[in-house]
Amino acid sequence: MRNLWIFISRYNAFFLFIIFFIIGIYLTVKNNAYQRSVTLNSSNEIVGTAYERLNVFKRYLNLGMVNDSLAAENARLKTSLLSLTTVDTSKDVKVIDTLTNQQYTYLAAKVVKNSITLRNNVMTINKGSLDGIKAGMAVIAPQRGIVGLVRDVSEHLATIQSLLHKDTRISVSLKKNNALGSLVWGDGNFDIRKALIKEVPNHIKMNVGDSIITSGFGSFPAGILVGRIIKPKVATNDNFLSGELNLFTDFSTLQYVYVVKDKRAEEQKALESLIKPNE
Amino acid sequence: MNSRIIIVNIIRWVLLLFVQVFLLKNMGFYDLSTPFIYVLFLLLLPFGIPNILLYALAFATGLTLDAFYDTMGVHATACIVLSFVRISFISISLNRDAIDDPEPSLSYMGFQWFSLYAFLCVIAHHLVLFFLETFKVTEIGYTLMRCGLSCIFTLLIILLVEFIFYKRTSR
Repeated sequence: MRNLWIFISRYNAFFLFIIFFIIGIYLTVKNNAYQRSVTLNSSNEIVGTAYERLNVFKRYLNLGMVNDSLAAENARLKTSLLSLTTVDTSKDVKVIDTLTNQQYTYLAAKVVKNSITLRNNVMTINKGSLDGIKAGMAVIAPQRGIVGLVRDVSEHLATIQSLLHKDTRISVSLKKNNALGSLVWGDGNFDIRKALIKEVPNHIKMNVGDSIITSGFGSFPAGILVGRIIKPKVATNDNFLSGELNLFTDFSTLQYVYVVKDKRAEEQKALESLIKPNE
Repeated sequence: MNSRIIIVNIIRWVLLLFVQVFLLKNMGFYDLSTPFIYVLFLLLLPFGIPNILLYALAFATGLTLDAFYDTMGVHATACIVLSFVRISFISISLNRDAIDDPEPSLSYMGFQWFSLYAFLCVIAHHLVLFFLETFKVTEIGYTLMRCGLSCIFTLLIILLVEFIFYKRTSR
């Protein structure tokens, strides 16, 4: 003990140095945000690496158990695979023909002239009667949203009465409960991104964010997304509800459209013409 | 005699820290070279000072500097390292019993001994200081360059001050 004391006092410069140095480093790390963060980060990294190594080692210990469970799973999968690959010849095979019953076909067309700033907007596309386009056909936008109805047809071109037109009324419905309404544009607002849904029965509840789809009663196939309600109740003078909706179609950037051909349109028209008005 | 040494050292401490904090703190060449002249106080403490008092003074001086530089503990640690180098160098280069000079200044010890002594102490101090300030090994080249350039600057000023207050003694 005495020797130790002599040793320490003889080299007191060094021991005092160690003590003061540790105090200095401690003060530095404790009181300076940057130095503290560096110290913490590097020590965390060291601890993390150690844990990682330990984890690799631990995985080896569990190897036997994991192997057993994998073998069991393999056996189970092989048995189920066997039952799948064995052909059962006693079954009837049914082929579902999707072509003969297909009602709608789509024809892509390029927009060659478009207007969005007028009260009644009309656009022109580069497909005409030679491509089988007839007046009254529905036109939809590539991703989602509707564009309008074919108005006049020449051999190579066709004009489309856009949705942004005072005469365009399209039968739509609320996606959540199929309540019918009609889509109009330009009744008070002339924003090309907004339209109105009118003539919704009064007992239907519309909420912000409800999706509007085509009803399928006009030329449009059912279920095409039209827009989303942003203002559920717009005051009108009749006994029906109105709502304002955001259109999915961006008319200002429209390049290509799809013309919808309805194979049963003629048949439907002929059948319905048998009913005389006021009969 | 003893009280005179104390008074001289107190005046030196106040003057050097004043110059360091209010003048040299604002000086620097492209953030590369910054002189730390206050270490001269630690270099010129008398030979007979006990180690613990030297460490305590170094620590206090460092902490005072830290308060002004807003780097708590960095200067204090550097000063402690300087003190250790000072003690080691003196005990190696000089015979303890034969020392009759009051303090290790240029006037008493001569240019050769003093310049080596100042160089070793200053470089140890600056190395610790800049590495603690950077606290990164990745920027080692830049840190070493800053350290070397600052060392040259500090040594120049120390030698300049020592030559200004040079007293011809009969050795």
